[in-house]
Amino acid sequence: MEIIRVEGVAKSYGKHQVHKDLTLSIKRGECFTLLGPSGCGKTVLLRLIAGFETPDTGKIFIDNTVVTDPAGGIDISPDRRGLGIVFQDYAVWPHMTVFDNVGYPLKIAKRPKNELRDRVMETIEMVGMGGLERRLPSELSGGQQQRVALARALVANPSVMILDEPLSNLDANLREEMRFEIKELQRKLNITVLYVTHDQEIALAISDRLAIMDEEGRIRQTGNPWEIFERSADPFVFNFMGIANFVPVRRDGEAYLVGNGEQLIPWEPPKGDAPEWVAGFRPSDVQIAQQGTGLRGTVKRANFLGAVMDYLIEVDGAHLRTSIETHEAISKGLMFKEGETCVINFRDLLWFNAESLKEVVKQ
Amino acid sequence: MSSITQKSRFGVAQVILFLSVAILVIVVAVPVLLILFNAFWVNGEFNIKDVYKIISEPQTYQALINSLIIACVTTIGSTIVGTFFAWLVTRTDLPYKGFMKAMFLVPFMLPSFIGALAWKMLLSPNAGFINKFFIDNFGFDGPIFNIYSYLGISLVEVMYLFPFVFIQVCGALERMDPTLEESARISGAGLFTITRKITIPLVLPSILSGSLLIMLYSMAHFGTVAVLGIENGIFNIPTLIYERIHQSGGSFDAIRTGTVLATVLIITAAFIIWLQGKVLGKGHYQIIGGKSFRPMELKLRALRVPLLIFCLVYIAFTIVLPTAVIFLVGGLKTYGLPFTWENLSLSNYKYILFEYNVTKDAIWNSVTLGLSAAVITMFAGVMISYVIVKMKVRGKRILEFLGMLPFSVPGSVIALGVILAWSGQFGINLYNTVWIILVAYIARYMAFSLKANSAALEQVHDSLVEASRACGATMWQSLKDIVLPLVRPGMLAAFFLIFLPSLRELTVSIMLYSPTTRTIGVAIYTLNEDGETVVSAALAGIALIIIIVGQMLINRFTRKVGV
Repeated sequence: MEIIRVEGVAKSYGKHQVHKDLTLSIKRGECFTLLGPSGCGKTVLLRLIAGFETPDTGKIFIDNTVVTDPAGGIDISPDRRGLGIVFQDYAVWPHMTVFDNVGYPLKIAKRPKNELRDRVMETIEMVGMGGLERRLPSELSGGQQQRVALARALVANPSVMILDEPLSNLDANLREEMRFEIKELQRKLNITVLYVTHDQEIALAISDRLAIMDEEGRIRQTGNPWEIFERSADPFVFNFMGIANFVPVRRDGEAYLVGNGEQLIPWEPPKGDAPEWVAGFRPSDVQIAQQGTGLRGTVKRANFLGAVMDYLIEVDGAHLRTSIETHEAISKGLMFKEGETCVINFRDLLWFNAESLKEVVKQ
Repeated sequence: MSSITQKSRFGVAQVILFLSVAILVIVVAVPVLLILFNAFWVNGEFNIKDVYKIISEPQTYQALINSLIIACVTTIGSTIVGTFFAWLVTRTDLPYKGFMKAMFLVPFMLPSFIGALAWKMLLSPNAGFINKFFIDNFGFDGPIFNIYSYLGISLVEVMYLFPFVFIQVCGALERMDPTLEESARISGAGLFTITRKITIPLVLPSILSGSLLIMLYSMAHFGTVAVLGIENGIFNIPTLIYERIHQSGGSFDAIRTGTVLATVLIITAAFIIWLQGKVLGKGHYQIIGGKSFRPMELKLRALRVPLLIFCLVYIAFTIVLPTAVIFLVGGLKTYGLPFTWENLSLSNYKYILFEYNVTKDAIWNSVTLGLSAAVITMFAGVMISYVIVKMKVRGKRILEFLGMLPFSVPGSVIALGVILAWSGQFGINLYNTVWIILVAYIARYMAFSLKANSAALEQVHDSLVEASRACGATMWQSLKDIVLPLVRPGMLAAFFLIFLPSLRELTVSIMLYSPTTRTIGVAIYTLNEDGETVVSAALAGIALIIIIVGQMLINRFTRKVGV
């Protein structure tokens, strides 16, 4: 039940290749996020889907209808794709009232006056802007303008709503509030949402599924938030989703040794017989102790950050970060000083091959 | 999904691009090309020897030199005057700075040839009021200053052109981040060192760009030289083109001399524009931010009052005095009578407004020409600017180049080019009709329209249009509902920027008028040439009133919409 399908799309501007052979599909009714660092081409992909740009090759389907196929001479203009779009800079028309902004898609569709008024008022209520319909955009705050943009995208009941970094111009509190509202609207109206952002926190919070894109415009992994965060396919994704530790591990016969020392890694060995590996884990996946079994390391730096203690630990030439809640550290006697030794174990750990780490370090 | 339907293959973009290119080619490019063609091709052959011969004729050669001398003196004078006053009103504690700044901008809207007429009345060697006053009362043997001279012409031009430098330098000094100077001061630099090492280098691009603008304007300037120079045999390039074509009634030789001289103007103008681009493109401007700061002010102390008096005298002498003379002479029964109550009346004004056909026609012609040119150029300008600023179509480069042309083609060149293009060689003969003047006005003022409209369009972010496309609006609907309402202030600005100057236009209309198609400028000039000084002055007075009222209306309007 896919509603949007991008098939082998390539796009370049002059010599700069943004996408090549990109394939992606979005299911009906889901909230799908396209997540990637700035400048990775996610907005270009969105514009290709919306019809503001034409790909060099490849096809795009919306609802099983080809909307873009340069080889077949098909390029349906944006106004005929039936999408609702919310732009990063709101793009609320400054010369029209809230009512006229929201009502514009219906006016263009030549809906009867009564129906138009009812539907516009309903949508304005829905985004929490009731009573402000006579205002001009200049009389609204950034968050309110964003709501107008949202209402305008929703008013004509589009099958897909596309949002391009819609929250990046808002302050932190408002951003959090809006992201819940967007998710809530999507659930209530049961529409498909394609959300584009570089903010992994928002992506994890609102998506049913997400795709991670790298700087070269390639999709590295597609999956639900939990899979992406916990079972990252490669170091790039793992690193992008949060603070990441990468520790080199080498194989010596059947033994897997950390850094340049002789300590065995206290975790199941990787599948495969490559000699060089990388263990990836989050600071929160590290269990630190005074003594016992596990890796022996030295605390190189101890930072008190209020609610948490942040440690940088060296294990045989490899460095890793961990954090522990302050009250837990005090109650369990885990307030280390710089230079003290400690023992660490893992709650979770992912194996990556050593080659794949190089590009992350390079970046 | 029912809302997805096949795209119609109607290329709106191509239609708009084609129209835009066509307008610029017909109105601007063809006349310029015809000038170049006529200058270098004789009887179907490329002929550079003739060009050389024409340039080396004593009279043409002298005109080139004169243009250069007058332009250089004017530029240097205007730069000094403009920079000095700009510094005074932005960086010192001079009293009444706001009023001073407004007054220094007044010459911008006054037509310089009317100013030249006033100065002719004041300082012509024998009859000028000031000269006569000194001869009669202080026993001078001759005039204290002869305005019919290089220096006289240049000084009058300085009075009307220095605002170009003034406005640019004021802007730069106001926008300059004062911390740049403050940090120099903290480092122990004295005020003189700061000015020399920090302030002047930072505003130098603005000074230079204003100076180059004046150079460009002065090289191709017709009015002042025509009024003050011709009597003493001082011609510059535009006046010589006019003189030759006017006297010979458009003979082949005259046209050819004209095209060669015009070619020199085109090349000079292109060079100056290029130089200005270099000066401005150097990135100096990045230090000057967009925000307005409170700049450091120099305490003038003992010089405060003397400098205030100096400014007031300057304003009285260069703005109030000439304007008063125009109105007073316009009220005289006969030129030469003393200014007493018995000799002054409003009858001349009544005569030119209600009885005299020449002036009545001129006012009517100027108003209708100005209105039509403003409306047409406004719409053409918004369309062309739209392609240049917003559209991504192939062939846009050509348009960008063509769009630059109107900025660099002087009025007399346009007039000559229009004569070549529209006198019947290509099947359409507009010569001696009002239409040829209209075509020339459109070409002459296209630059203003492009500038105002591009600026307005830059403000309309692309996503506003994309949002409406995503809402289901076609390209046309988006243009109509979103773009046009948002650029309306820019279009109105363009309208006034064209309408007002066209009311006082002289350079182009003087080359193209026929007895029935005089404009206000032409009527003032020719009446003065025919010795009808008082009638000419009265008409000039009326023109001044129209211009000042119009300017006030614009100021009010633009403040309201916040352009």
